[in-house]
Amino acid sequence: MTGEIFMQQLANGISLGSLYALLAIGYTMVYGILRLINFAHGDIFMMAAYFMVFSIITFNIPWFISIIITIIATVTLGVLVEKTAYRPLRNAPRMSIMISAIGVSFLLENLATYLFTGVPRGFPDIKVLTTTMKLGSLSLTVATLITPFVTLMLLYVVLFITNKTKIGMAMRAVSKDFETAKLMGININQVISITFIIGSFLAAIGAVLWGSRYPSVMPLMGVMPGLKCFIAAVLGGIGNTTGAVLGGFILGMAEIMLITFLPSLTGYRDAMAFVILIIVLLVKPTGLLGEKVTDKV
Amino acid sequence: MKRILSLLLSVLMVLALFTACTPASNNGNGNEEPETGNEEEPVAEDADVIKIGVFEPLTGMNGGGGLQELGGIEYANKMYPEVLGKKIQLVVVDNKSDKGEATTAVTRLIEKDKVVAIIGSYGSAVSIAAGDIIKNAQIPAMGASCTNPMVTQGNEFYFRACFLDPFQGKVMATYAIEQGAKTAAVIMQNGDDYSVGLANFFINAFKDLTGDENSIVDVSEFQLNESDFNAILTNIKAKNPDVIFAPSAATTAPLIIKQARDLGIDSLIMGGDTWENPAIIDVAGEDAEGIVLSTFFDENDPATEEARKFVEGYKKELAGKEPIIPAVAALGYDAYILLRDAIERAGSTDGVAIRDALKATKDFEGVTGIINFTEEGDADKNLAVIKTVKDGQFVFVDSVEVK
Repeated sequence: MTGEIFMQQLANGISLGSLYALLAIGYTMVYGILRLINFAHGDIFMMAAYFMVFSIITFNIPWFISIIITIIATVTLGVLVEKTAYRPLRNAPRMSIMISAIGVSFLLENLATYLFTGVPRGFPDIKVLTTTMKLGSLSLTVATLITPFVTLMLLYVVLFITNKTKIGMAMRAVSKDFETAKLMGININQVISITFIIGSFLAAIGAVLWGSRYPSVMPLMGVMPGLKCFIAAVLGGIGNTTGAVLGGFILGMAEIMLITFLPSLTGYRDAMAFVILIIVLLVKPTGLLGEKVTDKV
Repeated sequence: MKRILSLLLSVLMVLALFTACTPASNNGNGNEEPETGNEEEPVAEDADVIKIGVFEPLTGMNGGGGLQELGGIEYANKMYPEVLGKKIQLVVVDNKSDKGEATTAVTRLIEKDKVVAIIGSYGSAVSIAAGDIIKNAQIPAMGASCTNPMVTQGNEFYFRACFLDPFQGKVMATYAIEQGAKTAAVIMQNGDDYSVGLANFFINAFKDLTGDENSIVDVSEFQLNESDFNAILTNIKAKNPDVIFAPSAATTAPLIIKQARDLGIDSLIMGGDTWENPAIIDVAGEDAEGIVLSTFFDENDPATEEARKFVEGYKKELAGKEPIIPAVAALGYDAYILLRDAIERAGSTDGVAIRDALKATKDFEGVTGIINFTEEGDADKNLAVIKTVKDGQFVFVDSVEVK
């Protein structure tokens, strides 16, 4: 293997990892607050990609406005899902709300299949993002190049919100102890809505970057990324934002490196992601950066 | 308010469940062996319709191709709506491009809808999965575009209207070598019988024709729902093959093509019959220019009188929807008229009688040429059409005959 090929694979890995990281933050934040694995997150990501397709291709809106529209629509969808599917079950056993999440996931997938058919749509070609740049023999699209920076920047913003602002303090309080936070006068519903707003916002950004790299938009496109990002969140320590980003990078890199160094095992790429999940659960159930929490049930 | 919301939600979820599992609704008796003898007429005597099942993927990775094929079948039904003096009713089920769904879908057609014969499916894997049920129920099936040899092998009741993958693999290998290719890389989808089968036939033919065991420089696999091919393509780039052969579904193909071009790979990229799908050009855009694929039919070169009629009529149906007639629509049309002809000649709707009539088909004039069946029930065809993409359109390159 030449150095150039290795550099190219490194770039592939970092870029894929940062896409995973963007979505993993959404999983981890919701889990941190609600102790809920939001199975619908991958499908919200899928809907965001469709919003982008319709905005640009069907309504011919310029891409920068389309991104804003997509973000608003995705955030609205995320909050709507929370309000209709999770809020009524706030006091129900945790299993019910999880089943509700799975239901929402199926609902969104089938709704998309019904409305948009299973035929893939092309993600609009945003020239600013899809231009290929040559660095020596390295060949990278702008999207590949900027994704890691966007991810790190957004991670910084999310950390700033959770650690430095008043609402962030409320989030941390709710995450530590739901009941007590409520008694202390924190508006739980507001905190949860804001969590979903942040998660959906990141899913929308993720969808734009994902679509620019993998331009096939279809109803089941969120399934695999959703699972992988969930694994990334668990790997990093579910509930921990930095951990989710770290987990995303590790998972993306591990997948690419498996193919780089063991090309005969390319077919086992997905299997490896799940093997990593199992190993993490066996060796360090709290994940790399997760704290040990005593179960409150 | 809360109550209304939760009520609304539960209604929506129940609806979602319905859409998710419609074909599985008779799961309870799905696994029972159907009665083998066909003493009873499958269609109730008083009904004045004859039901033909259409077993196609309308969603999932092959949804696009399934819909194209269905279009051809429905058009044929419009042209020839009757047989034995009764109306033919098409019963369409969606096998969701999934082997598990395929068995429930086909069981449903046979046991609940009591169809006399089945057309389909696009995608060999689902056809193979449904094969045993069809054989045991003794309901003749006519595949339109499923090209894997295993579909009809050892199955007296499964026929097909298209050529086979060993032939298609050879055609593509021959074409690649004619273009001066000495090395090739192959990408296939693990677990998809069509993709793995065709890829291996190509590999064998390519090695044979070049006489060089090392002419295949890389074989990579990927799995269902994968969208990142950068890693395997980077490996391939390092080996610099003359051609990349990547038989895959129309959902995956544009991702492979686009990522290859983004990585600066300029090898010739080739695929199989599934690639003749406008979705590929729609998704891959300019990067689709120059890809090469083999297919069954070319509208500019109608082989028979039936073909001329079909092209003229179906063109009007498609106006504004698709720029060219997809080859699978032509095959869907052929599958329907072949079956209808056999039912007419059998003079009954008994499965065995229809099968025997199908076997006796002689020089049948279809849209895709004159059709006879081999011992296995495969259409005896030795002509493939090579197409490429130019200026955002599929264009005819060559027709290849292999003995």
